[in-house]
Amino acid sequence: MLNRMTREIASPDPGRAENGARVDHLLVADMVPPGSRVLDVGCGDGELLQLLERRGVDGRGIEISREGVNASVAKGLAVVQGDADTDLADYPNDAFDYVILSQTIQATRRPREVLEHMLRIGRHGIVSIPNFGHWSIRLGLLFGGRMPRTNNLPNTWYDTQNIHFCTIKDFRDLCGVVGAKMERAVAVNHWGKPLRLPAPWWFWNMFGEQAVFLLSRGKNGKRGGQ
Amino acid sequence: MAEAVLKPRTTVSDRVQQAENPLSQVARFGPDCPLKLDGGQELAPFQVAYQTYGALNAARSNAILVCHALTADQHANNVHPVTGKNGWWDVMIGPGKPIDTDRYFVICSNVIGGCMGSTGPASTNPKTGRPYALDFPVITIRDMVRAQAMLIDYLGIDTLFAVIGGSMGGMQVLQWAASYPHRVFAAVPIACATRHSAQNIAFHEVGRQAIIADPEWREGRYIEAGANPRRGLGVARMAAHITYLSDAALHRKFGRRFQDRAMPTFSFDADFEVESYLRHQGSTFVERFDANSYLYLTRAMDYFDLAADYDGVLAHAFKGTRTRFCVVSFTSDWLFPTSESRAIVHALNATSARVSFAEIVTDKGHDAFLLDEPEFFAMARGFLGSAAQARGLAG
Repeated sequence: MLNRMTREIASPDPGRAENGARVDHLLVADMVPPGSRVLDVGCGDGELLQLLERRGVDGRGIEISREGVNASVAKGLAVVQGDADTDLADYPNDAFDYVILSQTIQATRRPREVLEHMLRIGRHGIVSIPNFGHWSIRLGLLFGGRMPRTNNLPNTWYDTQNIHFCTIKDFRDLCGVVGAKMERAVAVNHWGKPLRLPAPWWFWNMFGEQAVFLLSRGKNGKRGGQ
Repeated sequence: MAEAVLKPRTTVSDRVQQAENPLSQVARFGPDCPLKLDGGQELAPFQVAYQTYGALNAARSNAILVCHALTADQHANNVHPVTGKNGWWDVMIGPGKPIDTDRYFVICSNVIGGCMGSTGPASTNPKTGRPYALDFPVITIRDMVRAQAMLIDYLGIDTLFAVIGGSMGGMQVLQWAASYPHRVFAAVPIACATRHSAQNIAFHEVGRQAIIADPEWREGRYIEAGANPRRGLGVARMAAHITYLSDAALHRKFGRRFQDRAMPTFSFDADFEVESYLRHQGSTFVERFDANSYLYLTRAMDYFDLAADYDGVLAHAFKGTRTRFCVVSFTSDWLFPTSESRAIVHALNATSARVSFAEIVTDKGHDAFLLDEPEFFAMARGFLGSAAQARGLAG
């Protein structure tokens, strides 16, 4: 135990880049051109928003926890306390260039409506999800006989805020249902580092621990609400 | 809540003194600088009583205007000249406090229509040589803000770093942001709304009718008669005070406890602690506040409907704004509930404004904004600190 802890302290955090930014945040931030207007839904303590603003992005956030809002506001970010399930409806059409849902959609009550609102409010959406199709989760359920728990998803089924799990394939299907066009899809490892291999969907669905999708309104994409 | 030692009754001349020559700084505007009122009249000459704390920097860019609520005044951070109590926002303003006087130049002015030195119904009407009383024109929140803007001009300040206030003060903050968007870098409307609800108006009407029903009110001419409608104004204060607290806060403070007795007296004496507390609130209030001012200021709040000035669309009030907003509400505030603050946030979102918002958990009701609420302070401190950085103010 001691050995392992020492090694973790000694080695640099593999989830962080040299400049201290989270690897998964850098991946999302790279998808957003400077000068864009961005809404980060479920922005937590504002770390991603701050990274984006440093890159010349005009950012806004929604966060459900008061601690997260306070931490964000103290960073000088414009963050509103609110709930993705109920408050996205109040935003006007085309208010943003990009709407980001970073590890949030699986915690919403109505992921489909949330996704539809995203693409109504913003011209693009960026969604990252934990992939429930990862081989370790499949094996965990197959051999353990219990809902799997991983480093990314550490809570028991009755404690978790994540109520709508999906796999990479499932999310693709939902994009089809709401008429979203998938511009880019990147499978990432545990720390959010992209897996840079050419491979078919079934492979990523098996070996990507998380995935990040860049979406836009499809040709037949519906703009729901308002 | 600290109970102040009951001061001896103020006399009529005390109150006229505070209205005309207050223990305060005063900006006087002559007949050539009238205050144009929403009601169509002009008020001239007039004066604005104000206090300042901290120092204005060389660039004149660090000024914060604090807007007071219905029954407060300009004495936000100094001992009150009439009551001897501490400033009403001492918890918020001072060196190292969220509104840091080591860093910011803080201005707080008595609203027009008030009774602590800004021209109001207790002031002398130059046309008659008597107190205005009901000859004072009905004023609005926008009129108050217009007078404040004239004060800011008088102080040689172009742009305010921030405008901050709760309740009626929050209404002034919103009006500032709508009327003078280029003069407000940051705005913090707290526990307020863009319009008074029917319930709000109803409570105010109870208070006004209590004053008017008091024979000592004398059709508003009580000052000349050497009188004071203490009963009416006291009842108005008691009723209003209930709306500033929550059921939970009242229960926590008083429960059903008896006041200095073990048994009910089977009379209409103040048997319960809560009755005694309210009577005390009423009786101390009448020594420092003018009954006619209470009529005028409650009226101004009732008339406030920001969207109405912008074709009924609230978002139009903030169109193109560059001001940073920090909107705050409190969970147990039923006078200005969180839904009102959310309406402000929605309108600001619709105009792409830079807005932050949080609802602070507290059982202290509407008055929470005047009390020690660490989460609220942390939010205000963080917002102002980061806005100061964006404005280039030294830390």
